[in-house]
Amino acid sequence: MSRNTLFDKVWQLHKVSSLPGGADQVFIGLHLIHEVTSPQAFGALKDKNLKVKFPERTIATVDHIVPTDNQTRPFKDNLAEQMINTLEKNCIENKIKFFNIGSGNQGIVHVVAPELGLTQPGMTIACGDSHTSTHGAFGSIAFGIGTSQVRDVLATQTIAMNKLKVRQIWCKNKLSSGVFAKDLVLYIIQKLGVKAGVGYAYEFAGPAISNLSMEERMTICNMSIEGGARCGYINPDQKTFSYIKDKLFSPKNEDWDRAINWWKSLKSEKNASYDDVVEIDASNVDPTVTWGITPAQSVGINQKIPSKLEIDPNDRFIADEAYDYMGFKPGQLIKNTPIDVCFIGSCTNGRISDLRVAAKVVQHSKVAKNVKAFVVPGSEKVAKEAKEEGLDKIFQDAGFQWREPGCSMCLAMNSDKLTGNQISASSSNRNFKGRQGSPSGRTLLMSPAMVAAAAISGKVTDVREFIKK
Amino acid sequence: MRNKFSPPTGKLTTVVGKPIMLIGDDIDTDRIIPARFLKCVSFDNLGQSVFADDRKKLDGRHPFDLEKNQGASILIVNSNFGCGSSREHAPQALLRWGIRTIIGESFAEIFYSNCIAIGVPCFTLSKELIKNIQNIKNQDNDLFEINILESTVKYGSMKLNLEIKNSSKKMFLSGEWDATSTLLENLNLIEKKINELPYVKFNKSLH
Ligand code: SF4
Repeated sequence: MSRNTLFDKVWQLHKVSSLPGGADQVFIGLHLIHEVTSPQAFGALKDKNLKVKFPERTIATVDHIVPTDNQTRPFKDNLAEQMINTLEKNCIENKIKFFNIGSGNQGIVHVVAPELGLTQPGMTIACGDSHTSTHGAFGSIAFGIGTSQVRDVLATQTIAMNKLKVRQIWCKNKLSSGVFAKDLVLYIIQKLGVKAGVGYAYEFAGPAISNLSMEERMTICNMSIEGGARCGYINPDQKTFSYIKDKLFSPKNEDWDRAINWWKSLKSEKNASYDDVVEIDASNVDPTVTWGITPAQSVGINQKIPSKLEIDPNDRFIADEAYDYMGFKPGQLIKNTPIDVCFIGSCTNGRISDLRVAAKVVQHSKVAKNVKAFVVPGSEKVAKEAKEEGLDKIFQDAGFQWREPGCSMCLAMNSDKLTGNQISASSSNRNFKGRQGSPSGRTLLMSPAMVAAAAISGKVTDVREFIKK
Repeated sequence: MRNKFSPPTGKLTTVVGKPIMLIGDDIDTDRIIPARFLKCVSFDNLGQSVFADDRKKLDGRHPFDLEKNQGASILIVNSNFGCGSSREHAPQALLRWGIRTIIGESFAEIFYSNCIAIGVPCFTLSKELIKNIQNIKNQDNDLFEINILESTVKYGSMKLNLEIKNSSKKMFLSGEWDATSTLLENLNLIEKKINELPYVKFNKSLH
């Protein structure tokens, strides 16, 4: 059993009771909601004649279904309009803060909460969305929940949950130049597999992690769930505090000093014990690209797609399915695979630093013929900042479309979809079959810099060759 | 119209109500609630659409349309009731029409667990006894009385033993089937907890 880790401390602090069935009742410090998983939960509350217990602890925004081209209301898609409408109504009725389109603070829920200073160390954070693990980058314990648990949080600000085990993933050394957080997390998932994290919280630690910016740390924690871990976190440090300072909702004045003092006490102790420890050498990571239909099926840019013999016997079935679906041959190079669509965005890599890196790659170049490339900023704030820096111009001059904020082609609930068996280079987090809107569409996950490089050359390329130029 | 819908909550010990007989094996979830009713942001309006297509075909003669069955809450069915898809909309539609418990010869697995999650106990009985019940001529409008602890149904002078999984029975009696209510029982602990959390104190803008 783990002891003296940040996870243990935060869990203990939020534990309300031990339930007879064996689970713990855990208090949720911050509850985030969006339009897709909340309506039935509000409905269930009404049926039970219950009220939202602590409305000030729930914050709403709209992200999954919003169109990123034309956002005038009513939306063209009736069902999308009905969903945003329902959220608007539920928030008004229950006095919940809602960051709607045009508020200046709307965006993908996991981009919005950190940039508003809502996400803070030591909190428990829940949202009806599996990528809630993102917020762990700040040393909070954050996890996705189902609709019935959304109802429970609304009604009681608590949920019933079994305590997780803790695995420390120690990342030694540093990432080399041209290699990013996305590459590191894809590499970790490739090493451990997509199911290894089930029942665990992942603590990412070590020099390679300390060295990352807050936005890069969010990319790492965001994808914990792709490794099966419901929750991933990083111990807070000076970078964490500096990021939070002076945000809309961050503590101010003497509250700030109290906050810092408390936040500093949360770190996993030197003598902490873990249920498991894994070591990763960050200096071994190359720009990484997925070739299959799970985020664990990835290779370094100069590596070959594994041959059948190289695949672990337990993974052969899914590997066969992947070769077949993707149309790749075992042993083939991933490099130079032609690309149809390039998507930069999502809660994994739709932040300002992602756009800056990608813009640098595309500057003074043109998107390859026959490639459709587009940028969807993660939030209205990201979009504003990017415009102030002229990034939108750089992208548009290169031939990218510049869109309004939302989830967009990460899951294709709006009109941004692959067609037929198009291949996309995507900065998002899931390459499941059909994820990007076409039942036979194919997704190659990679860092935003790599997506940018693919857009320019029209095929999978080593971004380091671009950076050198 | 019936009174405003209020769902089951907390510990469930008894169900008293009028029975409604629905005859037929393998009644699937598509019949209980046809797929076109799934495009919705809430379960609210499902009650009126329960068995929509069957009822349309029978033009007022379906058990759920008969005058004498209005207000009934105990559904008596035959075997493999609720087979088909996993949609929670099916038990939700029955519940919202007014059904509070179901007695049948057997139930489909997923349908059964969905029923538990929303507080609708399902009991089983032998083929013969189900037939006997379905043949009762309920002229006196006597009510069925189901005792969950004893697992019995009483009707007039008749009393039958019902079967129910022990684990399900425990969940209904303890109220644990209903996570929200179980959590709400510790309301005082929740209020105490929120006052203990350091960050609640230094995040005044969130109040
Ligand atoms: S960007 Fe993608 S993964 Fe993130 S919340 Fe939206 S749909 Fe989910």
